[in-house]
Amino acid sequence: MTRAATKHDLRQLMLARDKLGVPLLVGSCGTSGTDAGVDWMADIAREIAREEGLSARLGLVYSEIEPATLLPYLEAGKIAPLEPALPLTAGRIFECDHIVGLLGYEPLADAIKNGADIVFSGRTTDTAVLSAVPLMQGLPAGASWHAAKTAECGGLCTVETRRGGVIVTVDPQGFEIEPLDADNRCTPYTVSAHLLYENSDPFRLKEPGVVLDASDAHYEALDSRRVRVTNSRAEAVPYTIKLEGAGGTGYRTMVFSAIADPKILARFDKWRANLEAHLRYGIANVLRVADGDYGIEFRAYGKDALNPVPADHVPHEVGLMTIVWARTQERATEIAKYCNPVLLHFPLNPDDPLPSFAFPFSPAEIELGRHYEFKLNHVVRVDRPDALARTHFETIGEEALHG
Amino acid sequence: MAKLGDVAKYIRSKSAGPFWVTIDIFCDDAASFDRIVRSPALAPRAIASLFGVSENMVRQFPLPGINVLKMSFPRRAVQGAPHDVDSHAGQYFVPLLSVDIE
Repeated sequence: MTRAATKHDLRQLMLARDKLGVPLLVGSCGTSGTDAGVDWMADIAREIAREEGLSARLGLVYSEIEPATLLPYLEAGKIAPLEPALPLTAGRIFECDHIVGLLGYEPLADAIKNGADIVFSGRTTDTAVLSAVPLMQGLPAGASWHAAKTAECGGLCTVETRRGGVIVTVDPQGFEIEPLDADNRCTPYTVSAHLLYENSDPFRLKEPGVVLDASDAHYEALDSRRVRVTNSRAEAVPYTIKLEGAGGTGYRTMVFSAIADPKILARFDKWRANLEAHLRYGIANVLRVADGDYGIEFRAYGKDALNPVPADHVPHEVGLMTIVWARTQERATEIAKYCNPVLLHFPLNPDDPLPSFAFPFSPAEIELGRHYEFKLNHVVRVDRPDALARTHFETIGEEALHG
Repeated sequence: MAKLGDVAKYIRSKSAGPFWVTIDIFCDDAASFDRIVRSPALAPRAIASLFGVSENMVRQFPLPGINVLKMSFPRRAVQGAPHDVDSHAGQYFVPLLSVDIE
């Protein structure tokens, strides 16, 4: 996500918000929702306010969690694994570079109640951003959460999914949904089918403190482009916040080379096995890097990088991605550089004339930087919805200058 | 006997959080939906073996109202893990295309 594109979109939203005098909410700022993402958005908003002569009250709701903050919860048995994770340990918590909690709607609604015109939140469930306003107005939980889940991906619940967003209107009996584009349509099929999207269970959606149960929901076409949804239910459950945490595992460097020679491709598996054995021997005996201190992988795009192929399959071309992992970038790149001449010239048989393969770039090795992995798949039980949130208020624009 | 890719209208896969993948098989009508839902080649045991996961982790949701069979299971490699080749799980559905349906 680029700053320029984000600023372009946010400018339109801030101008519209100013005109209409309604709250504007943006969740999971910077995508991962770390504190840095919220600050990044706030900085863009200050810049837009200056440029457009707007003023607004910002509510910044942070949801990044210091590892040590979780220890009392861990000791009190308040952190539970989600399938297929194992129970959490303190060691695992401290392996994380960043941890965020997926906030529910309450801290966002509180920020609006306390005067925020614009709320930028850290990691928040996609649905909570949209359910906050109807829920704070006292509309039913079932309809509010179902409306939010339906609209979370904008036009994805419409017939022509790439033609802009949707507008949802929640009322005490249900909600109505229609596309913003006058020529686009929502149908009972497109609206009900959206519950499948990025959701492992199509009927029950777990949110902080609530489960949306859409199994008996009723979808009715109001006309050719609007749908009304009723009979969505919500059941209250203990308030838990899902944790997301990632930590670095090492650094990677990649080499991409390509092969079209039919003689090599006809016996590719043998060639690749010989190549790997040759390189592993050299890395151990020439570079003196022990087996456990690096990793190397050869992905044959065009052959079997994604799925296995029958033994007699001969590809037309193979893009060979060699990925080296090590504890430092320097070491990963050193190993990749050692591989380069071999990847350029490795023959099928030792006495074959020296082949040369196709490198698209020079230098051939590309540093991929630090590699991270997800460390947490757990929920923490909290006493209050805002237990892991921190909210700051700030006035931006004209009032900030003169006020 | 036909291939699932020919019986179904559209099949898609996507990550459902970093640890799970979900696959939706859309059918044109109730007849093809009934055909795939009854097929042993799409039973949890067959799916587990096709994707290298344990059978008791395969969840299936037949949705007759919209002629969709949905299934979810933990990913072979967690999103972004060193050996993960498909971060958003967008191509996980491909082996299903060539499954034989009676």
